[in-house]
Amino acid sequence: MSAKHLEIKNKWAELSRFTDARIALGRVGGSLPTSQLLSFQFDHANAQDAVHIPLDCEQLISDLDTKQPKVLLKSKAENRAQYLQRPDYGRKLSTESLEKLSQFYNKERYDIAFAIADGLSSIAVQRHAPNMMSTMLSHFERKNTRIAPISIILQGRVAVGDDIARALNAKCIVLLIGERPGLSSPDSLGIYFTFDPKPDFNDANRNCISNIRDGGLSYSEAAAKVVYLTTESLKIGKSGVDLKDNMAPVIENDAAAALENKFLFPIGKTDRK
Amino acid sequence: MILASIADVAAYHREFGLHHLRQINVKSKKERSVKQTHTFINWINQRMSYSISAGGVTWQFPDLKTLMAKATPLRSGDQLAGVCAETAQERVAAQMTLAELPLKAFLNDVIIPYEDDEVTRLIIDTHCFSSFKPVSTYTVGDFRNWLLSEQATTHSLMSISKGITPEMAAAVSKIMRVQDLILVAQKCQVVTAFRNTIGLPGTMSTRLQPNHPTDDPTGIAASILDGLLYGSGDAVIGINPASDNTEAVSNLLFMLNDIIEHYEIPTQSCVLAHITTQLEAANKGVPVDLIFQSIAGTQAANKSFGIDLGLLYECKDAALSLNRGTCGNNVMYFETGQGSALSANAHHGVDQQTCEARAYGVAREFDPLLVNTVVGFIGPEYLYNGKQISRAGLEDHFCGKLLGLPMGCDICYTNHADADQDDMDSLLTQLATAGVNFIMGIPGSDDIMLNYQTTSFHDALYARQAFGLRPSPEFEKWLQKMDIFNEQGRIKVASELPPPFSDITLLKDL
Repeated sequence: MSAKHLEIKNKWAELSRFTDARIALGRVGGSLPTSQLLSFQFDHANAQDAVHIPLDCEQLISDLDTKQPKVLLKSKAENRAQYLQRPDYGRKLSTESLEKLSQFYNKERYDIAFAIADGLSSIAVQRHAPNMMSTMLSHFERKNTRIAPISIILQGRVAVGDDIARALNAKCIVLLIGERPGLSSPDSLGIYFTFDPKPDFNDANRNCISNIRDGGLSYSEAAAKVVYLTTESLKIGKSGVDLKDNMAPVIENDAAAALENKFLFPIGKTDRK
Repeated sequence: MILASIADVAAYHREFGLHHLRQINVKSKKERSVKQTHTFINWINQRMSYSISAGGVTWQFPDLKTLMAKATPLRSGDQLAGVCAETAQERVAAQMTLAELPLKAFLNDVIIPYEDDEVTRLIIDTHCFSSFKPVSTYTVGDFRNWLLSEQATTHSLMSISKGITPEMAAAVSKIMRVQDLILVAQKCQVVTAFRNTIGLPGTMSTRLQPNHPTDDPTGIAASILDGLLYGSGDAVIGINPASDNTEAVSNLLFMLNDIIEHYEIPTQSCVLAHITTQLEAANKGVPVDLIFQSIAGTQAANKSFGIDLGLLYECKDAALSLNRGTCGNNVMYFETGQGSALSANAHHGVDQQTCEARAYGVAREFDPLLVNTVVGFIGPEYLYNGKQISRAGLEDHFCGKLLGLPMGCDICYTNHADADQDDMDSLLTQLATAGVNFIMGIPGSDDIMLNYQTTSFHDALYARQAFGLRPSPEFEKWLQKMDIFNEQGRIKVASELPPPFSDITLLKDL
C-alpha cells in the first residue's frame, strides 16, 4: 500500500513565488514530512561548510575593476578557528598590516575609504564585492570624490574598518563583509558605514545595509543607500543611530503598492477600515 | 559573627562617609539603619575577601564579580572576556564560596559601581525590602534549597520577586543544575496581556516572525498566512525589518494592523526597528501596538544600542497613551541575550550571565508583555555549542521568571556555531517542561532575513502535542473559529485553505 496518503500537502505552496521562506511545507501529524526534513539538513550542511571556505584573494583582486590600488591586509586573527572564538582579534589589524597600510597615509584627508572583509562568508565577497564596488565607485567618481586605496582584509570583522580609516586618514569608511551564512543565503553581503571612526566607537555609530545578494537587495539599491548615507552624514557630522535612513523606499512592486498591502484580504475587499 | 575594631569603624567612615549612604534609596529610619549595618558588614567582608577551604587548598576570590564569574558554568564568552575559572576545580570552589554568601551581600556590594551605571542604580533604588524579607536571612545555597522546597509555591515565589535582585538570581542559578532550573521555573507564573492573555498554566504562545530580506510585503504576507494556518502568532506577529526607514516601517505596521483588524485576530503586532523609529511612527499616528527594543544589563551596553532608561520611559508612555490593548496594558517587548554587553565592550569584567540577569532588572521596570532571550543568535564566541546554548537558555528563562518577567526564548543557533536541530529540539523540550511563555515560529526554522535558525511552526506543534500545551485562550478560540485548530487543540488545516482564507488576493495573479 502506498504511503502517500500519510503526508498532507498545502495548496498554498504556490505562494512560494513571493518568498524564499520555507512556507507550505505540509505535515505528517504536526511534524515535517521526511523530504522536507532532509532538504533542510542538506542546506544546513552547505551553510556550515560556507563558513570555512577561505577567500581566494588573487581571484578577488583580479575581479576588482578599480583605478585605486588594492592592499591586502590581515586582522590579528591568524586562522578561522581563532577568528570564530576571538572577535576582538578580527576587529584589529595585524601589526604588519597596519605598517603596510600606513604607506598610503594621505595628509590631505581622503573623502572615503572602501574595505572588503571576508567575514563569515567568503562566497558572498567573492560573488558580490566586485560588482558592488564598481557600482559604488561609478557614483563617487562622478562627484570627484577623493577615494583611498581599496583594502582587502582576511579574517576581518566590521570594526576593523575603524583602524583602516584612521591609518589612511579617511573621513569615513564603507566596509563590505560576508554576512553569517543563512540556510537559503550562504552568499549574503553586508555593508557597514562609519563616519570619522574614533577608538571608542561601537555599533551605535554605524549604519548597516544588509542582505545584498540575488533575491535580496540589488547592487544599485545598496549603492544608492551608501551615497545617501555618506551625503547625510557629512551634513550632521556623524553616522549611526542619529543618522536616520529616511530615504524614500524604492517600491518595485507596483501592483502590490496599488493594493495597499491587502494581500490576505478576500478579493474585492480592499478598503481600509 | 563579625567583630569590628574602633579603627575599622573609623576607616569605614573615612572611606565612605555619608556620601555612600545617600546613594542608597532610604525610605525609613529603620530601613536606613538596616542598610547601614549591611553596608558596614559587607565592607568588613570585602576586606577579608571571599575564600573557602576545599580539598586541602584555600581558594580566594578578590571581589564579588570575580567570584560570580568563576562560579559560572563554562562558556566561550567568559573565556573570551578572560573572567572564567581557570580550572574545573576552581569553578566548583567558587560555587562553594558563593553558596555560603548571604543574599544580603548583594544589596551592598554591587558588582558595577552605583555612581557609574544607571542599571545598578535602578536595581538598588527599586529593591523592595519587604518582599525580600522571607528569604533575607538565607545564603545563596539556602536560597537554592528554599526554591526547590515545598515552601516555594507559585504564590510565595511570585511574592518575593521584587525583593530578588538580578545578581541574586544569577548567583543561585550558577549553583543549580538543569533540572533545578526547570523545576523552579515551572513553579513561577507570570501572566501578561494586551489583546490576549499570555503565560497561563498549560499554555505556550508563539511569535510569528514573517521576516523577508527586502521587507517585500507580498513575501511577508505569504509567511504570515502560512504561520496563521499552522496556529502561530498569539505572542505577537513581529517583523524584523531589513530597513530602519520610518516610512517603510510604518507601511509594515499598517499592513499588520489591517490583517489583525480584518480577521479580528486576538493578537498584537510589532515591527522590531530601533525604538526611536517606532516612536517616530507612533507620533505620526501609525498604529503601533507593542514597542520593541533590545536591552542589555549595563548602561554602557545600552548606550551601544542607542538607548538609556529615560528613552525607555518615554517610549512606554507613548505606547500606553495609544491605548490599543483590549485585555491588558503590557506594551513593551524586549529582547536580550548573553554576550551582548561583552560584544559592546561594556561588561565591566562581569560574566555574561550576570550581565544578562541585569538586563532583566531593566526589563521589569517597564512591565513588558514579552521578554525574549535570543539565546543562540550571538554566535559561538559567546556560546560555543549546543550544550552551552541550552544551559544559557534555561538559566535565562529561570532568572527572568524568578524576577517576575514573562519569559520566552528564541531557541536558536547560527551556522557558524557547533549546534544543530537536535540541540534545539532538546532545548525546546526542556523549556516546554519549564513552562516557557512563548517561543518563535518561523517557516521551516529558516530566517531568510536574519540568517539563523529558530523554532518553526511545526516545532510549536510538536511541543503542543508532546506536552498538551495550548495557545493563549483568546487566540485558541479564534483558531477554532477559523477552522485552523480542532476542539482538541490539534491542527485541522489540511491541503485546502480554510473557508475564511480561500479567496485571498495573494493567491490570484497580482
